[in-house]
Amino acid sequence: MSSLSVNHLLGIKQLTKNDIELILDTAKNFKEVINRPIKKVPSLRDLTVANLFFENSTRTRLSFELAQKRLSADVVNFSASNSSVKKGETLVDTVNNILAMKVDMVVMRHASAGAAMFLAKRVNAKIVNAGDGAHEHPTQALLDAFSMQEKLGNLKGKKVVIVGDILHSRVALSNIFCLQKLGAIVKVCGPLTLIPKYIRSLGVEVELDLRKALEWCDVANMLRIQLERQDIKYFPSLREYTMLYGLDKELLDSLSKKIIVMHPGPINRGVEITSDVADSKQSIILEQVENGVAVRMAVMFLLAGRQAS
Amino acid sequence: MQPKILLEKTKFDVTIKRLCHQLIEVHNDFSNTVIIGLQPRGVFLARRIQKELQSILKNKNVHCGELDITFYRDDFRKKALIPNRTNIDFIIEDKNVVLVDDVLFTGRTIRAGLDAMLAFGRPKDVELLVLVDRRFSRHVPIQAKYIGITIDSIESQNVKVEWQESDGKDKITLLDK
Repeated sequence: MSSLSVNHLLGIKQLTKNDIELILDTAKNFKEVINRPIKKVPSLRDLTVANLFFENSTRTRLSFELAQKRLSADVVNFSASNSSVKKGETLVDTVNNILAMKVDMVVMRHASAGAAMFLAKRVNAKIVNAGDGAHEHPTQALLDAFSMQEKLGNLKGKKVVIVGDILHSRVALSNIFCLQKLGAIVKVCGPLTLIPKYIRSLGVEVELDLRKALEWCDVANMLRIQLERQDIKYFPSLREYTMLYGLDKELLDSLSKKIIVMHPGPINRGVEITSDVADSKQSIILEQVENGVAVRMAVMFLLAGRQAS
Repeated sequence: MQPKILLEKTKFDVTIKRLCHQLIEVHNDFSNTVIIGLQPRGVFLARRIQKELQSILKNKNVHCGELDITFYRDDFRKKALIPNRTNIDFIIEDKNVVLVDDVLFTGRTIRAGLDAMLAFGRPKDVELLVLVDRRFSRHVPIQAKYIGITIDSIESQNVKVEWQESDGKDKITLLDK
């Protein structure tokens, strides 16, 4: 397999195991590229990419932009807050207007689940989903898998627990799809109110006790409590959440083995994870960020290289 | 047409040894010269030359790197390409670089290789060594300084270079596509 089976990266669900492995293998080459004295390759010099961010983002947006620049693509940025979206323009109109200026690829983050799929069916450009509502965040899952592979090698049979706000998390869903396709075993852990009702139908076990979950796993992916998406109260107080589901150094050190701690960012220090854990040797949070650029370079390189069918 | 064997066994060995001696005439003890093999197939030749030089010079410090050019190719998007490993763990700034590839045909790979190499610094001098030069078929003005054998071939033919390390024998064959 030397090319992807898809024309767009809408979600991990649409990818095959071969696609994921191809992206992760290619990302290894790009990780080597971004550690060179000259961190740039000319592969996408004839391509223009638009970054459409209808939702706030620091890491993902910077990471995509750096990835595009290191591939020598031309980049235009767009954020909803200072655009004609405020004047009532529809998504398809906005995007078609941008495409009329000869843009080849669109990276989009949107608050509505399925926005990337909607766009892929209606406009003539390669679409990369940079997060759509609480649905999928495929590049995050790919970079998480890449970071885990760096530490653990083949993920087949490895145990991963995703802790926290599963209900509002697009990272959780993409991670579940991605890890399962690579052969890992996934559990989720969090208060029942923040765990989707049908999560077990994905083949994911639910563990309510954080200590038990951590004793079981090789990797713990601590998710952020997404207060901005929580329309009602899902737990009594942040303090109570931290006491039951926060990871601190004492708990981490008391485990029988050294597990890997991950976090997709932004961190609420002292809520889901304490500062000493986030900065500890077992945490690979900053490696995740570095790998993000390499993985996104791989995704865009492979999508651009795919011949129009 | 029957596949034609261009080089094998003793003649193959002699050719590589001759290339090494030509290199030593110019670069002496290789204290300021490095070898870079182009992925995927040039690497075998580069490693072989490194080994041979080390045994002739009785010096283990002949540097040899591997360079992948996938991201610099001009035919990207015309065909699916899989990148290989790049591994250059020495500095090429102000060094003499010998670029090594197995077959020189259109010259496009070498053109991309020159671009790719510059990401690791500015060498003092760059030379090209190839095992097979398919002359009169260049698309870009690139010529090798050190040549194993020169052959006349047409575009519908293929030159296949096999290596002991990967294919079990050292052999160069001219085939019809």
